[in-house]
Amino acid sequence: MRVMAQMGMVMNLDKCIGCHTCSVTCKQTWTNRSGVEYAWFNNVETRPGQGYPRRYEDQERWKGGWVRNRRGRLTLKAGGRVRKLLSIFANPVLPNIRDYYEPWTYDYEMLTDAPLGDDFPVAQPKSLLTGEPMAVEWSANWDDDLGGAPEHGPQDPIVERLRAESETAVKFTYEQAFMFFLPRICEHCLNPSCVASCPSGAMYKRAEDGIVLVDQDQCRGWRMCVTGCPYKKVYFNHRTGKAEKCTFCYPRIEVGLPTVCAETCVGRLRYIGLFLYDADRVTAAASVEDEHDLYEAQLDLLLDPADPAVIAQARRDGIAEDWLDAARRSPVYKLAKEYRVALPLHPEFRTMPMVWYIPPLSPVVDRLTETGHDGESAGNLFGAIDALRIPIGYLAELFTAGDTAPVRRVLQKLAAMRSYMRDVSLDRPRDESIATAVGMTGGELVEMYRLLGIAKYEERYVIPTAYEGDAHELEEIGCSLDVEGGPGMTGSGPFGEGSGTPVPVSVETFQALRERQTSEHVTDTGQPGARVNLLNWDGKGRPAGLFPPRASR
Amino acid sequence: MTPLDVLLWGVAPYVMVAVLVGGTIWRYRYDKFGWTTRSSELYESRLLRIGSPLFHFGLLVVIIGHVIGLIIPKSWTDVVGLSQEAYHVQALLLGGVAGISTLVGIGILIYRRRTTGPVFRATTGNDKLMYVVLVAAIVAGLTTTLLGAAGGEEHNYRLTVSPWFRSLFILQPDITAMSRAGLAFQLHALIGMALFTLWPFTRLVHAFTAPLGYLFRPYVVYRSRSAGAATRPARRGWEKIG
Repeated sequence: MRVMAQMGMVMNLDKCIGCHTCSVTCKQTWTNRSGVEYAWFNNVETRPGQGYPRRYEDQERWKGGWVRNRRGRLTLKAGGRVRKLLSIFANPVLPNIRDYYEPWTYDYEMLTDAPLGDDFPVAQPKSLLTGEPMAVEWSANWDDDLGGAPEHGPQDPIVERLRAESETAVKFTYEQAFMFFLPRICEHCLNPSCVASCPSGAMYKRAEDGIVLVDQDQCRGWRMCVTGCPYKKVYFNHRTGKAEKCTFCYPRIEVGLPTVCAETCVGRLRYIGLFLYDADRVTAAASVEDEHDLYEAQLDLLLDPADPAVIAQARRDGIAEDWLDAARRSPVYKLAKEYRVALPLHPEFRTMPMVWYIPPLSPVVDRLTETGHDGESAGNLFGAIDALRIPIGYLAELFTAGDTAPVRRVLQKLAAMRSYMRDVSLDRPRDESIATAVGMTGGELVEMYRLLGIAKYEERYVIPTAYEGDAHELEEIGCSLDVEGGPGMTGSGPFGEGSGTPVPVSVETFQALRERQTSEHVTDTGQPGARVNLLNWDGKGRPAGLFPPRASR
Repeated sequence: MTPLDVLLWGVAPYVMVAVLVGGTIWRYRYDKFGWTTRSSELYESRLLRIGSPLFHFGLLVVIIGHVIGLIIPKSWTDVVGLSQEAYHVQALLLGGVAGISTLVGIGILIYRRRTTGPVFRATTGNDKLMYVVLVAAIVAGLTTTLLGAAGGEEHNYRLTVSPWFRSLFILQPDITAMSRAGLAFQLHALIGMALFTLWPFTRLVHAFTAPLGYLFRPYVVYRSRSAGAATRPARRGWEKIG
């Protein structure tokens, strides 16, 4: 057993309203640059729908992830090392920019420069690739909220598979349609096929927290990672010629802050915490024969952070005490392993993804109430799960490689929680049989309710900071505030404002950001002449340094 | 042996090597971020999938041909009983096929670059200069191969170019041998030297980091955070002042 720590996320799909706030804040933070206009480290897909890029789940076409070969060993679906090198001059299965969308801007200048006339001037869309006028035909969420579903919906690879395998026809007529939202980031897999696909060895998994990153200095733009990732969450920056991907906001995670997508989620549906897993068994778990066993195999990898044997081994493997403590309080471990209500996305890709989803249940209660039943009675709820408007088969294709049993168990647990909590809220005697029917205790249901329903900030995000011991390294150039232009690093060098060494990002942004986000009042750096970074200004009051000092009167 | 011969065949090669080695080291130290293929496959892949393998695989064979032709002395092939004619037939076949596929490949790639809007827009002046020199080198090289078929003393590069090439390594350049070579060979050598001089400053550097290590490393790479960016020396633009 070799214990490693992994940052993980759980998303509660019942709460996602598809507002795209996570996508927008993520984009503003990471990809608001030329070359990655089309890159959405976080995107929200409407399901059923084609996803982004279009039909990325169809691995017969895109060849992402791993497959188990006849000898029972894992190989990359797009081919092994030799085949990769032989096809390095032209990757045979790289998505085209049009499989994402052609990025564009508008000719805004026309709005102000157009000569006076009878017609209103129009800002024409212009391609950011060619500069030519273009017709906007697709984007990252073109089929949002089932827009154009009768036309686009049947091309959802899961809808196709359901139709072929079980003749479950997913309906797209207005009265019979269903939808839910699926926010996606990089899965930071335990067995990442993008890392395995990188010929240069520029992609790596961080040993401390399992975050998968691209070394921008080592990436040579061979593009194999884009093919390798079955979730298509590695993007090729077409200006710099380098791969870029979701970073799990590691600079924030290192100081104990949640990712930007999680922090700004208005539904508070994201949970971040640690998993401890057995690194020695990852390959074996990813190679189990039956795809339906992959979910269980993945759960088996997750170690109980309260088990003394695990703790002892974790200490031997160099995991710090505060991390072990955080692992014991981890909300993601509770949701995935203890309550077993969170499921991995597409385990059949055999990458052991570490972003988990609680499948949506919501519409069932209203549905039952409409038909004159008591929508929150446990018996009615259990019976109705198979008649859900969102077909259980569809959820199973997403989360358990098509095995409906685990999905049904999760939905039953969520239904039991509602039913049980109604008695608690109405001060009625608690019906423990509801809890035992789903293999839990009443106490566990209440705890789960607290985590899912109340969802306090400190309980949703249990993030240990980077080790105290090397905390100084987090500050760039390994320096502290007392060098380089003196205390405060005011950012003014010998040749006036803006000259000299720029203020290291870690000093200015992250410490300040953390302080400002956790304190109740205006944060004053207390240093004369210190400037406020407007991007971090929280709008509270007028901190010193917001305006430059007045000229002496 | 005129002063021009000394300059071209005695001095220029060493200047080229100095620029190539020094430039590559400089580029690697100061512009690792710019060290990439700058692939445009995202914009267009249909033509690229024909042109690029044709060019690159052709080029690999051409490189092997150069190594054989320049490094193995004629006396060695004589010893194993390979006649001059037989040698030339195989050189012409191998070199001709490889050279033509390289030329056709780069022709397709340049056509694609010019006609595909986004690819053309992503083409820099540096790229254009590099393409001119690269195509010139290939055309001149292919010409010498075809001329070699004509036979004759001045077209037998194994008596002129090759001894000169080998003599460069022992720092006693055989300038006379090279000055006796045909004009086509001399032109090809000069353009080749120009190409290698430009090499470190263009996207051609990606060839120096051909990922052969991929064959020997474990699939999944782990790195410790402490070995990452935080402990790296400060980057360009972040140097301390004073």
